[in-house]
Amino acid sequence: MKVVAWTEYCLGCGLCEIYCAAQHDGYNGNVLKIFKKGRPMHRSRLLKAEQGTWLNTCMHCTHAPCINGCISGAIKRDPNGIVYVDYERCVGCYSCVMLCPHGHVRPWSERHQVLKCDLCRDTGLPSCVANCPNGALQLVD
Amino acid sequence: MAHNIMMPAFKVQRDEERCIRCGVCVRQCANNVHNLDEDGWMWVQDDKCVACHRCAVLCPTRALNIIEYPLDFRGNQHWTPASIREIYAQAQSGGVLLSGMGNPRTYKNYFDHLLINASQVTNPSIDPLREPMEMTTYLGNKNHHSCGEKPQLKLDIPLMFSAMSFGSVSINVHKSLAVAAKSLGTFWNTGEGGLHPDLLDFGRGAIVQVASGRFGVHPDYLDNSAAVEIKIGQGAKPGIGGHLPGEKVSQDVSLARMIPAWSDAISPAPHHDIYSIEDLAQLIETLKVATRFEKPIAVKVAAVHNITAIASGVVRAGADILVIDGFRGGTGAAPMRIRDNVGIPVEMALAQVDSRLRDEGIRSQTSLVISGGIRNSADVMKAIALGADAVYIATAALIALGCHMCQMCFTGLCNWGIATTRPDLTKRLNPHLGSERAINLLAAWKHEMMEMMGGMGINAIESLRGNRLMLRGIGLSKEELGLLGVKGVGE
Amino acid sequence: MLLNEGQVRIPSGCAIAGIINRQGQGFGGGKIIDCIANMHQRSNGLGGGFAAYGIYPGFAEYYALHIYFDCKESRNDCERYLTKNFNIRLQEPVPVRKQARVNNAPIIWRYFAQPKEECLAYTQLDEHEFTARAVMHINAAIPGAFVASSGHNMGAFKGVGYPEDIGEFFRLEDYQAYLWTAHGRFPTNTPGWWGGAHPFTLLEWSVVHNGEISSYDANQRFLQMHEYRCTLQTDTEVITYSFDLLMRKERFNLAETISVIAAPFWSDINDERIKRLRRIYGGLLLNGPFSIIVATGNGLIAVNDRIKLRPLVAARKGEFLYVASEESAIRVVEAHPDEIWSPGGGEPVIGLLADRENLLDLAPHNDSIARPA
Repeated sequence: MKVVAWTEYCLGCGLCEIYCAAQHDGYNGNVLKIFKKGRPMHRSRLLKAEQGTWLNTCMHCTHAPCINGCISGAIKRDPNGIVYVDYERCVGCYSCVMLCPHGHVRPWSERHQVLKCDLCRDTGLPSCVANCPNGALQLVD
Repeated sequence: MAHNIMMPAFKVQRDEERCIRCGVCVRQCANNVHNLDEDGWMWVQDDKCVACHRCAVLCPTRALNIIEYPLDFRGNQHWTPASIREIYAQAQSGGVLLSGMGNPRTYKNYFDHLLINASQVTNPSIDPLREPMEMTTYLGNKNHHSCGEKPQLKLDIPLMFSAMSFGSVSINVHKSLAVAAKSLGTFWNTGEGGLHPDLLDFGRGAIVQVASGRFGVHPDYLDNSAAVEIKIGQGAKPGIGGHLPGEKVSQDVSLARMIPAWSDAISPAPHHDIYSIEDLAQLIETLKVATRFEKPIAVKVAAVHNITAIASGVVRAGADILVIDGFRGGTGAAPMRIRDNVGIPVEMALAQVDSRLRDEGIRSQTSLVISGGIRNSADVMKAIALGADAVYIATAALIALGCHMCQMCFTGLCNWGIATTRPDLTKRLNPHLGSERAINLLAAWKHEMMEMMGGMGINAIESLRGNRLMLRGIGLSKEELGLLGVKGVGE
Repeated sequence: MLLNEGQVRIPSGCAIAGIINRQGQGFGGGKIIDCIANMHQRSNGLGGGFAAYGIYPGFAEYYALHIYFDCKESRNDCERYLTKNFNIRLQEPVPVRKQARVNNAPIIWRYFAQPKEECLAYTQLDEHEFTARAVMHINAAIPGAFVASSGHNMGAFKGVGYPEDIGEFFRLEDYQAYLWTAHGRFPTNTPGWWGGAHPFTLLEWSVVHNGEISSYDANQRFLQMHEYRCTLQTDTEVITYSFDLLMRKERFNLAETISVIAAPFWSDINDERIKRLRRIYGGLLLNGPFSIIVATGNGLIAVNDRIKLRPLVAARKGEFLYVASEESAIRVVEAHPDEIWSPGGGEPVIGLLADRENLLDLAPHNDSIARPA
């Protein structure tokens, strides 16, 4: 499973990033609270280029270099194939950041750990997909 | 010019406790109402706001609200705030006031003064969940002496999407409606701007328009269609032509319209080959010949004072489908004075035309389609009971696609990707979502219509057509009831 | 004050029955009276009536006009009009038997008449059309006069009361007919006007009907375009005119006519011609609940609305065909039919005289306008 961005219909509004941040770190989708009280950290990034805008998000590769390279076994694959970070184990070595060919894993310098898309595996439909106002994001197998 | 003395029409209210400075509003407003500087300060320019609600709808924290500007003039029943503001605007610009969408004024809405019947005891109502309920409608000449020779359009639902030209609306509107029409078993209308090459496959599901500018009309365009509609007039602006400003004539639009890019597309007020009814008869015949008598030819006229005589003439001139567009009909751009003051309500026009054509014995030679401000399935039911064969909707369809009725279509800055040709705005309407929403809307209306028909004890739409006993007028004068051909409540 | 039929639209529920001897052998009115009397509860005493075919064999070539008059003046006006346009062979009061349960009877006369040659020549109409228009003229324009029936060798006997009482009033046992239909009426707001009772007739058509047609106004306005004026504002009138238009004027056969009036669903029509008929005559689709018996001198057909919202039962015994709203009404006069069945929605029961193929015998069509192909 992965989220696919449909550049043709991406508006670049940025709501995907906002809802992504709010869905994580225990904020349960409360946009106001995370932005006012917390530190919003979105997992996927909206990219802008000449050809348009799109959400750059983890593809949950079948042969994921990040999993192979993780020194503490913190990056795992769940039974649905979703590649996620086990924050109990992540030690912030950033091997995964260097190994990911697409730049989908980013350093989380504040906590000395890493950020990556987990397809909102705890809450159902990925928040970016659910909240895209133009149907430009799709969850595909 | 000195300082503009007009205050804004709307006030954008930002709840600072809720604003998270995410900048979505800034990025979404094509009118540049919202600005965010490097220091994190928001700056709102109220006078640019058109109340399209794009920012408010997309704001993730519901921090935005838009209200009418609360600055009151001293109360005056004659010099209303709108009339004063219009003078400021004209004193500033020296121009004709423009507006989009249909007549918004408080004229009597006859649909709201008609009530629908239902069966009780003496005959049973029919449950559409358990019994068949037929909505199939055929449009075309059904004169019984020429049966079998005249082409018919088959509609699975007595609703079609009305004419909106590519250029006035975006390609994604056309894509949405074309896909929806196909899926619903009905037709969409290209409007007068030709057919975009991307949509050639949907031509057979389209009623193609031939208007006074003749934009995009060529043999393949006529061939690749379900029917051809001659547009004489439009309810929003009877008697005047159209003007698509050069800024909206992009490469794509120029291709579809067969005119140079970035040049103004002007539709003359009359067809310059139709100065009288016999000229119309010739054009109808020409189009019939051009399409080898395989397609019905429709003629669309605006509802004006002597609509009955016009209608009779148009039918006798050979129109297989007569479209009457009432004064509530929408538009991409019309002079506000004309939109608000010219024409008559389509309900009256329909009732009178249907009766007149019956009196003349020529009603079966044509199908009557009405348009202009149809808001819901009850309006459709009432129109059919008054005598319409089918109903065109356009504004309702655009609202389904996201239109918020800000009436600023003529600016080309539609934030919803509807009335624009700017690629970055056009992409805001995803035709996959758009078609789904249009399909949902009509499917919902269809269900409601079936329920209402079942309630009346009717299981085929043709038994409702012209069945004015199914209507009663409420709050109407005797004269109005007489003109509509319906009885009053209690009668 | 309550308004008469014609001044206001009056829906009604009903009982209907019909009996035909397919060999054309006459039988007395007692049988049909027993039949309709058995459905007493389906009427409310505000209307009953009968149509009888084959009762005037001696005057078979004349239009038999049964006319009701409110007063002598109406009769004078009407006779003045009739003598101007028709040659009248015989005119006489219809014999009746006064009885307690039937009151306020109008003056009832019958006329055996033929249109005058010069009138036909002047109007350029055939005699059927001329007579039909004369009937409509009398009903619409001569106050207090109403034509109860106008066909050859047939008559309608109807009035306000229970049908069995009306039958006795008109001494129906004295008539010999090969085809009888009957009607017991349950109107919801009629003042009880004799002209408003059923059967409704036009020329040799007679229609008895049970139901309320939801498509009334759509049908009525369609018929208006073909120069029928629905002055009575009853469903039965609309049904009669629909049959007249389709069968007499447009010359469709029975199957085609039924495919318009009780049209099959679009999804069930495979024949392109039937589809075309439905497209053209969609305005004549009778929608809403009904069972009807339509009769002419050639026979009867009985049919239900297309989803069978009203009862209709048919039975056969030898040369007799019975149709009625209830099975009991048939069993009371024919306890052991050869066959008894309940026809489906839109599925006609056809009972024609043995040597006839259609409800109407039409002269070859010489109309220059081509029939629908």
